Formats: sequence, structure tokens, C-alpha cells
Amino acid sequence: MEYFIQQLVNGITLGSIYGLIAIGYTMVYGIIGMINFAHGDIFMIGAFVALISFIIFGLTGVALPIILLLVLLIAMLFTACYGWTVEKLAYKPLRGSFRLAPLISALGMSIVLQNYVQVAQGARVKPMQPLISGGLEFFKNSEFIVTVSYLQIFIVILTIILMGIFTYLITKTDLGRAQRACEQDRTMTALLGINVDRTISITFIIGSSLASVAGMMFVLYYGVIDFYIGFLAGIKAFTAAVLGGIGSLPGAMLGGLLIGLIETFWAGYVSLEYKDVAAFSVLIVVLIFFPTGFLGKPDIEKV
Amino acid sequence: MEKKDIIQSFKDSLFTGLIALALFGPIVGLRTASKGEGLFITPQWGVVFLLVGLCILGRFLINLNSVRKTEITSFSKFTSKFSAITEDKAKHFAITAILFAVVFPFLPFTDRYFMDVAIMILTYIMLGWGLNIVVGLAGLLDLGYVAFYAVGAYSYALIATTFGWSFWICLPLAGLFAAFFGILLGFPVLRLRGDYLAIVTLGFGEIIRIILINWYEVTNGPDGITGIPRPSFFGLPFKRSPDEGETSFHLFFNLEYSTMHRIIFLYYLILVLALITNYFTLKIRKLPVGRAWEALREDEIACKSLGVNPTNTKLTAFAIGAMFGGFAGSFFATRQAFISPESFTFIESAIIVAIVVLGGMGSQTGVVLASIFLIGITEMFRDLEQYRMIAFGGAMVLIMVFKPKGILANRKPTILMHGDKK
Amino acid sequence: MSNLLSVENLTMKFGGLTAIDDLSFDAKNNQITSIIGPNGAGKTTVFNCLTGFYKPTNGQMFLHKENSKISLRKYTDFKIAYVAKVARTFQNIRLFPAMSVLENLLVAQHNELMVASGYSLFGLLNLKSYRDKEQLAVDKAKYWLDIIGLTHRADDNAGDLPYGDQRKLEIVRAMCIEPRLLCLDEPAAGLNPKESAELNKLLKFIKTEKQTGILLIEHDMSVVMGISDHVVVLNYGKKIFEGTADQTKNSKEVIEAYLGVDE
Repeated sequence: MEYFIQQLVNGITLGSIYGLIAIGYTMVYGIIGMINFAHGDIFMIGAFVALISFIIFGLTGVALPIILLLVLLIAMLFTACYGWTVEKLAYKPLRGSFRLAPLISALGMSIVLQNYVQVAQGARVKPMQPLISGGLEFFKNSEFIVTVSYLQIFIVILTIILMGIFTYLITKTDLGRAQRACEQDRTMTALLGINVDRTISITFIIGSSLASVAGMMFVLYYGVIDFYIGFLAGIKAFTAAVLGGIGSLPGAMLGGLLIGLIETFWAGYVSLEYKDVAAFSVLIVVLIFFPTGFLGKPDIEKV
Repeated sequence: MEKKDIIQSFKDSLFTGLIALALFGPIVGLRTASKGEGLFITPQWGVVFLLVGLCILGRFLINLNSVRKTEITSFSKFTSKFSAITEDKAKHFAITAILFAVVFPFLPFTDRYFMDVAIMILTYIMLGWGLNIVVGLAGLLDLGYVAFYAVGAYSYALIATTFGWSFWICLPLAGLFAAFFGILLGFPVLRLRGDYLAIVTLGFGEIIRIILINWYEVTNGPDGITGIPRPSFFGLPFKRSPDEGETSFHLFFNLEYSTMHRIIFLYYLILVLALITNYFTLKIRKLPVGRAWEALREDEIACKSLGVNPTNTKLTAFAIGAMFGGFAGSFFATRQAFISPESFTFIESAIIVAIVVLGGMGSQTGVVLASIFLIGITEMFRDLEQYRMIAFGGAMVLIMVFKPKGILANRKPTILMHGDKK
Repeated sequence: MSNLLSVENLTMKFGGLTAIDDLSFDAKNNQITSIIGPNGAGKTTVFNCLTGFYKPTNGQMFLHKENSKISLRKYTDFKIAYVAKVARTFQNIRLFPAMSVLENLLVAQHNELMVASGYSLFGLLNLKSYRDKEQLAVDKAKYWLDIIGLTHRADDNAGDLPYGDQRKLEIVRAMCIEPRLLCLDEPAAGLNPKESAELNKLLKFIKTEKQTGILLIEHDMSVVMGISDHVVVLNYGKKIFEGTADQTKNSKEVIEAYLGVDE
């Protein structure tokens, strides 16, 4: 039982990270109907920017909460630039091209980003000392002590705050309305005087910022990153987006949590070696039997 | 151009520079390196300023002369001309290329290194042709093609090391096994939409790799399988000193022993395998099933309305593509004599997809040119290996933006009513 | 004249929306039956149910053969064309644009050619039996191309044809599967008067010479009234009238549905 609770806590933490990345997939899919294959690498870049900023601020000796806030903002800003540029260079010219063109372009972009970071930052793994240590302990009398670290609490709370802001943005502001309009019908939205290109750009910026936060969490949580982390995390987050129902924002978060839980429980109870297989199998099974996910809209084929 | 425009484009360029600074500043400018305990930062501002400067200049030039427009038109003109030439002289080109490939091992400048590169290029050409059936003809983006390559290599290695059967028995078995896997995977997933299919195949490729790493009893895990038998020349091994009662290649033909014999043999082996793949593809393209593949790529709903069974048709494409992947895998195993999961990562799939996409989906000649270009040229600049994948990815993006049908994209009908008009 | 198709109590719901509501009608052999109605009346949905793209919520559709009838509900997807021999065209033309005109017509004969090519085996061996069958298929394609006057463009890409020719090509492509019932979804849309007249001729030819029943959705009344033997009028998914072309023209309900009622 205690072990179960511990896995639950770990799963929710991991799920928050996946959920934040998954939002980027689902938003882009909703608005331009493509799988942004490079999104996982945007997350990786976010992690690198966060790592670099942590090192720089670590030298200044500023108080920890301020460092966290500064790093968060810096990572969001710089990573958003990447998201914006990728969209402008690799996706925007392809609107109206044949079906698979954006996916191939995204694949190319993903390869570029990965290897660019490898060249610029080196191929070695980057370790970082833990910044937030300690935690709360439960069930102290039992054999297995459940630990909820402050870091885990930080990650979950930060995710909840971001989700709150984000939900407000999408449901209550003009920007959100424009976005939802673009999802329905891009041509009509443009005819109504809304700048569709800008709306799409902003979508990429928001998605990338959230991914960069996930990247920062990843650095803090695992304490080690390399240029390749975006691939696996990206696939898992994509699975999360599909599981929750691609195009649906609450679905992405829900899917993220589920994938996080599935992964930790699989690793905890079944087999550690095959924990990635669990994620991939979920992806395949969901796409085949359950392509609309939990909260997605059914996709009626227009003839 | 008016003064206002120049100022405008100047501002625009500066903005580009600002973005470039944001992009390159942290990632390129602040390089992290471990020294003892923890990480330190080595600034590299010189490189950043160079990159930013290039971006500003590039953007300014693009604005100033609309360079992009003229470049694009001249680029398309060049490639169309190029495709027109290759199409006109397709036969001559093919014959010349094959003749060159045949005499290549005996050319004066050909040494061991050239042979190795040539073998590698031919392996990729074969993989590209195999994948071309799936991606180019049937329009199914398969991002897990390397799985079949791996299945072929491992089944060859396991059969050969366990039963000790000869190459010529193991090769078809490995191919069939890979095709079987293709059907096994394809059956549930081929109903999926194009982009979902791509992701699922990618997932399948990764699952196969993870299984290869962890299934110690069979695959020997990350250590891989060693001691895979080398191929023999119809029963004549390439050994300096053959075993009792055995004749080796150089003794039989009364030649001086040389390791090159085996290399040359391997070269011809892959050349023949690749040419078989090509011949098969060209043939099957003109058969009903080939036409149905292309029709499915064009419009699946129309196909259904004409009574074409989409699942079966896609499945054949998938299985045949997988089979050739399996053949190539067997060759890889026998050539290396050692295989491990390392060789079958996602990046291999991406490279093969890049070869097919850059060459022009469905174009056989395109695959050859793209393989020579991507594998050969980058092999020559081995020191720049890190940059080569950037170039790969960048090329994929550029091709999609400027020439989405690929460099060589002239499709010839599979059957003519009026014969060749020329 | 014997019945070819009977639609009985067909109902199709999408979520809360009832696109077709308890629709019954018959179509006879060697006749052109038109389905007309204002936009959104559910005409294309009827087609999609008939040709297996949608599974109807309720109701039956039967195709009559000499002495038996087959239920179209049992067949979905490609089997409608393959087994039941119901062919269709689409509102927005669905040719294979990057393939030649001739290839388009050969894909329509895919299933026979597959058998003839021994599921590719005989074809790979280049056996004469396959080559002969292929020649027959090309001859059939030529027969239809001669009829629509496109033989000279047989080797050009279908996507390069003018719009009107693409429409005609799509119809003869459907005819290449030798259908018992041909469903045409707005074949005259976007055609000029001359092309419309040619289309009428083609459809009459198919009806009389090929003994194929035709089901037609059309907005162009000159086509509908010119060639229909029987007209079914839909509005909001319900049948509001059924009769000959002349009867339809004078029907009060139909005029109301199209023009509205004076209150």
C-alpha cells in the first residue's frame, strides 16, 4: 500500500511534466492539424536553457525562490523564440502542401535541433546538483516510508498554476477566441479580420513556453539531461495528447497524468527495462482502438 | 527600390538579428562543460556574433533583391531540367551507372576505403528502394523501417549462428521473417490516417529496439551477436588457410590471398541484391497491385468506391518493403559479422526516409542520387560528422518548403495507350 | 420494369441530428432515378449510406438480382463496389490526379486484373495469359474513352484535364467496374450548358446501352428534368414527393420546399 502511494506520487509528478508538453502537441494539432514532431526537441531546448540559467544564477548566490522565478521566465522567453522560429521556417511555408509534407518537415526540424544542440553543447550528459532537497515523509512506522519531496510539490503546484492561467487565456480572452475560431475554420476566421498567421504563431509560442517549463522541471527532477531527452519525452507526451483526445486541452493534461502513472506503475510493478515499451504500447493501442481519446471529438470522414 | 523600403528591410534584418541572438545566445554562446564536480560555462561569443551577423546579412540580402524568389525559380528550373534530362536519358543513365558500378572495384583509384563506402552507399540504396515501395508508391510514411532491417539482421544472425546454414538459405528466410513482421505490424495499423501511421511505426521501431536490448536469452542484449558466419563464394570461403578438406576462394582460382577478395565479393553481392530490388519495384509498379498502391496514395476514398481493398493493398506494400529491408539486414549482418541494437536506432529510419524524400518520392534514380549525396559526400567529410545530421534535417525541411515532390519527381505512366510519342 | 434498388425506412442520425428520417423509395432497372432537394436535405448522406461510407442508424437497402436480393447493409467500404457492384462518383471530383487517364480506368478494373495477374505472380513472370487480360482491360478503357472523346488524352495525367472532362472521366471510371447501380453525386455541377448536354447524352447512353440503373443527385434542373424517369424529392431528410419529372415540376409540396410558402 505504501509502495503504491509512493508510485502514485511519482506518477503524478511525472504526469505533470508530460501534460505540459502534451498541451503543445494538442494545441498545434488543433489549430493546424499537424503533429509537431519537433516539439519534444523544443522541450529539450527548454531544459538546456534552464540548466544554463541555473548555473549562471547559481554563481550569483541569489535566494532560491528568485532564482526559480528568473529561470522560469528566461526559459520560457528563449524557448518561445525557438518555437516561433521553427514555425516560421519549417511549417508556415507548407500550408496547403500535400498531406505528409509538414510531418516530414517537422521530422527534419527535429533532427536539426537535436544535432544542433549536440554540436553546441556537446554530446555528454549534463548533470546538475539538486537545488531543492528534502521533503515530507509519511507512514514513518511502516516498512516503506513514503516520501513526497518539496520538489514534487513544487512541480505539481507550478503545473496547477500554469494550467489555471492557460485555461483563462484560452476560454476568456480574445486570443483564445481567435484560436478556437482558427481551429474551426481558418479561412472564415481570416475573412473576419483575424490575423490567422499571428494566432498560429502565438499558439506555437504558448506551446513552447509550457514545454520549456516542463524542461525546467525535468532538469530539477532528474538532475541530468542530454540532447536526446526530447525524443522519448516527446513521444510520451504525444501519446498523452492522443490518449486525452488530441485537440482537447484538458484532455492533454489528463492524458499526461495517465501516461505518467502508467509509466511509473509499470516500472514499479512490472519491469523497469520495458518501461518505455509500456508508453509505446499504449500509444499503439490507443491509436488503433481509441483514436479519439477520452475527451476528443469524433472524426467523421467527409466524403 | 525606394529609400523607405530599404529602411524597412534594414529594420526587418535587425529584428531577425535580435531573434537570432535569442536563439544562439544561450545555446551556442554559453557552452556547458563538466570539470570535476559540476558544470561550468565556457562563453563562445565569437561564434554567436558570427551566426547573428550571417542571419542579419542573409535576411537583408533576401529583402534587398528578393533573392529568395530568383533563387527558387532558378533552383526549380535547374531541377526540372535535371529531371527532364534524367528522364530522357533514363535508359542510358541507368546502363552507364550499372556499368560503372560493375567495373568500379577494378578501377585504379579504388582502394579498400572506397570499397567500404561504396558498399555502404549500396546498402542505403537498397534500403531506400525498399522503403520507396512503402513511402513513394503507397504513400505510407513509415518511420520505423529500421525495425525490419533489424529483424532481418537478427534473424539472419540467429539462424546462421544456431543452425550454421549457408548465406543463401538464411537470406530468404530472414527476408520472409521480416515480411511476416511487416504483416503482423501492418494488419492492425494500416487503417490509421497518414500521420498517425507514421507515429505508430516509429513506436514499433523503438519497441523492437528495446526488446533487442533487453531480451538477453535470445539477442544477447546490448552486447549483440558476434561470430556471424561470413558469406562464402558458392561454398568457397574467403580464408587464408581453409580447414581440412575445404578449398578456399583464392586456392580454387589460384590467386594470391587478399582480404580484398571478400570485400569485392560483398560489393557484388549487395549490388546484385539492390538491382534485384530495383528490378522488382519497376516490374511490380506496372502490375495492378502497383497501380493500386499509387491510387491509394492519391485518393483512398476513390479507391474504396472502385472496390479496391485498401487494407490488403497497403499490407502487400508494407510486407514487400519489409522483406527488402530484411534482405538488406541480412547483408548487413553477414558483412559486419557482428550486430547490436546500436545499429538500429530511430536515426537510421530517419536517414532512410530522408533518402527517399529528397530523391523524390517514387523515383528510383532519385534514391540513388540521394544516397550518393547523403551517405557518400558526408562520408568523405567524416570529421564534420556532427554537422552532417544537421545538414540532413535541414535538407529535409528545405526540400519540403521548396520542392515538396523531391528533386526528381517526374512520374511516368505505368502503361501507355499511344506508345512513346517522341 | 423490375425493381433494382429498394430503400426501406432508412434513417441516419449524427449525434442529435437526423440527416435522413425514415426514407423509403425504389429505383428501377434501366431507369434514371433522381434525388433532388434543397441544400442540406440529406441527399449525399443517402449516397454515403448506399455506398457503404456510413452505416445507417436504421432501415434496410436491398439490391435486387434476377431472383434474389442482397442487403447492402452487410457490405461496407470497398465491398459495396467489389461484391454488390454499386459504383459512385463524388461531389468534388475524386480522380487520381497524378496518374494518367488510362491508369485511372485500369485501377477501376483492379479486382479482375489482380486475379488475372495471379495476385502479381503471373504478372512478375510476365505470362501471356496476364498480358492478354491486361490488353482486354486497356481495350475496355479505350471503349469508354472513345465514347467521351478523350482517347487522345489517355496518356496525360487526369489532373491536367479540364474540369468538364474530369467529370466525364470519373463517370466512365465508375462504369469500368461494370456496376449494376451507378450513383452520381451532382455530376453537372460546374459544367457549362454544352457540357451539361453532353452529360445528358452520356447518361442516356449508359441507361439504354449498358442496362445500368442510375441514381442521380443533381441541382441542375435542366439535367434532372431532361433525363429522369423518376424523381424523389427530399427535404430535411424526409421524402416529400415522388413521381415523374412532370409531376414533380407541378407539385405544390416541391415548389414550397424550394421557394417557401406564403404565410
